[in-house]
Amino acid sequence: MALDRPLRVIVAKAGLDGHDRGAKVIARALRDAGMEVIYTGLFQTPEQIVQTAIQEDADGIGLSILSGAHMTLFPLVLEQLAAQGADDIVFFGGGTIPPEDVEELTKRGVRAIFTPGAPLQEIVDFVRRECGKRRAPAA
Amino acid sequence: MIDRPTDMGAQTTPEFEEQRRAWERESAAGKPRSGPGSGAVDRTISDIPLKTVYAPADVAHLDLPRDLAWPGQYPYTRGIHPNGYRDRLWTMRQFAGFGNAKQTNERYHFLLSQGQTGLSVAFDMPTLMGYDSDAPQARGEVGKCGVAIDSLADMETLFEGIDMGSITTSMTINGPAAIAVAQYIAAAEKKGIPRRMLGGTIQADILKEYIAQKEWIFPPRPHMRVIVDMIAFCTEQMPRWNTISISGYHIREAGSTAAQELAFTLADGFAYVEACMKAGMDVDSFASRLSYFFNAHIDFFEEIAKFRAARRIYARHMREKYGAKNPKSWQLRFHTQTAGCSATAQQPENNIVRVAYEALSAVLGGTQSLHTNSMDEVLALPSEKSVEIALRTQQVLAYETNVTNVVDPLGGSYYVEALTDEMERQAEAYFAQIEEFGGVVEAIESGFFQREIAEASYRYQRSVEAKDRVIVGVNAFQKNETQSDLELLRITEEVEREQARGVAQVRAKRDADRVQVTLDRLQAACRDPKDNLMPHLIDCVNAYCTEGEIVEAMVKVYGRYVERSVF
Repeated sequence: MALDRPLRVIVAKAGLDGHDRGAKVIARALRDAGMEVIYTGLFQTPEQIVQTAIQEDADGIGLSILSGAHMTLFPLVLEQLAAQGADDIVFFGGGTIPPEDVEELTKRGVRAIFTPGAPLQEIVDFVRRECGKRRAPAA
Repeated sequence: MIDRPTDMGAQTTPEFEEQRRAWERESAAGKPRSGPGSGAVDRTISDIPLKTVYAPADVAHLDLPRDLAWPGQYPYTRGIHPNGYRDRLWTMRQFAGFGNAKQTNERYHFLLSQGQTGLSVAFDMPTLMGYDSDAPQARGEVGKCGVAIDSLADMETLFEGIDMGSITTSMTINGPAAIAVAQYIAAAEKKGIPRRMLGGTIQADILKEYIAQKEWIFPPRPHMRVIVDMIAFCTEQMPRWNTISISGYHIREAGSTAAQELAFTLADGFAYVEACMKAGMDVDSFASRLSYFFNAHIDFFEEIAKFRAARRIYARHMREKYGAKNPKSWQLRFHTQTAGCSATAQQPENNIVRVAYEALSAVLGGTQSLHTNSMDEVLALPSEKSVEIALRTQQVLAYETNVTNVVDPLGGSYYVEALTDEMERQAEAYFAQIEEFGGVVEAIESGFFQREIAEASYRYQRSVEAKDRVIVGVNAFQKNETQSDLELLRITEEVEREQARGVAQVRAKRDADRVQVTLDRLQAACRDPKDNLMPHLIDCVNAYCTEGEIVEAMVKVYGRYVERSVF
């Protein structure tokens, strides 16, 4: 795997949720931190998101959901990642997600969930660290 | 008898000037708090520079009769009613909707029994986007952000046991707004209440969907036709109905500044006025029933200035630019909701306090109706307990604080007047920029608003990161939170299954031929710009066509909008 290119991250919006403020701010912050960011735009299906990540050879997927559909859509993305043999892609997310659901989703394999008020730096550090590990599994 | 000049700040004397110089010396010797986390900033939350103190010179250019006048007088800076809240309090209108129509109907009965004076319907995402509850796109979304309404059957359940002739109802829906109005009319008429008796508001502001909220169906141009048809129909047949609620709320939530919220919202409003006039309507026939919807954010005085400026700008444009003759057409009436984006997930109880300040700014700004957010909305849909606290917040404000008994109490404040003026100036500058694109639709198509908002929201987020802005519980005064003990409202997957079964039953029971005939006629009307769509929509609804079927029929003619995303 090419180690010399910047980390590449998909920022995704799924379902019918139009709240894109957070997704855009995160996309911008990751880009400003030197990563390549692909923003999917709104209303993507879990299948489309995983396809995009595979085609773009992405290191991570960040999914933003503020519509309450997180317990449906996060697991569907996980399922797709597993089905495509792409579960090494670092899958994380954020939105208005109650603490119990955060716990449940991380148990099922979402690597981290950031809720309102999470510092951008924390998110950037997380992505750099986890996606970085994926690039150099031995290190 | 001294002949007083009419402008506010001309009165000065050598003694007053001497006092000013003394203050300047003392002020310069002060040691201002500064640096990250201090909370000391020399600009508003929207980046308007602030002085330490405001004085007569800051408002010297204001002309009292021209710029302020009296409450109830053009240009309505001081309010649209001569007696403000003395004659009538604002309407306390809590937005509610979740799960299925039956659950929401129960919440409405509860709210009405607690003294709420109007209803406000929140629809779920599939309904807002024109999909039925059993559509694949609806997976996981049914009943989550609001109530699922698939067909007339759901609308009938929603208003069961509620006298639709005596309450007013606000419906927050935009893409399928015309369909929701048709359903509301049909549900009322089935109870024997004629449409002319129905009072309420439909949001129907599609322009701000492209700008901020992103719940669109068709592309902007055909969508404008649907809206104009609806306004024309309601103007003629529903005298108590507010035909559109032009909304800055979502623009602000998407991250805009106060000035952007103000400017983009009014620009949208003027775009509807122009579209209706272009369709041959007399401005005074429809303008008095346009209403507005603003955000009340946390920068207290800036918000008050925004509301006051909105009225003045609107009156001036309606009278001077669009030639409206009826004073009602000049008056900007608005609903306000406290800022969801100012609420924090950390220490959620603090949101009760934020909401109270924001609500106060809306009232000092002269709002006609108000929704106060519940403390837990940053985590989930609000629980009954937190909704009750939010409503009580308004009641304390209305009945205990005594702020309702003097009209525009901040009128004449050097600071508030200077800020009001600055808001107007910035809005006018934005209008000129939008004009250069050729209008609002053109500016949307070139991504102007979306870029401006993305910039502002990123700038704001950066300032929070740097602690230039302090948010209590988030970047200061944090505490190690154990699990919050708030009881959150949960919508089960059963709602989705039940709703999907319900819509299937509706499809099975109805007259299939009638469905086909009404949908065909609707489609033909979509192709004929001279045929108003509303009567056809009412026919479809009465035939129990589902929302998804109606939208699909229209999409075949108009297409679906796809955004070019910018960040």
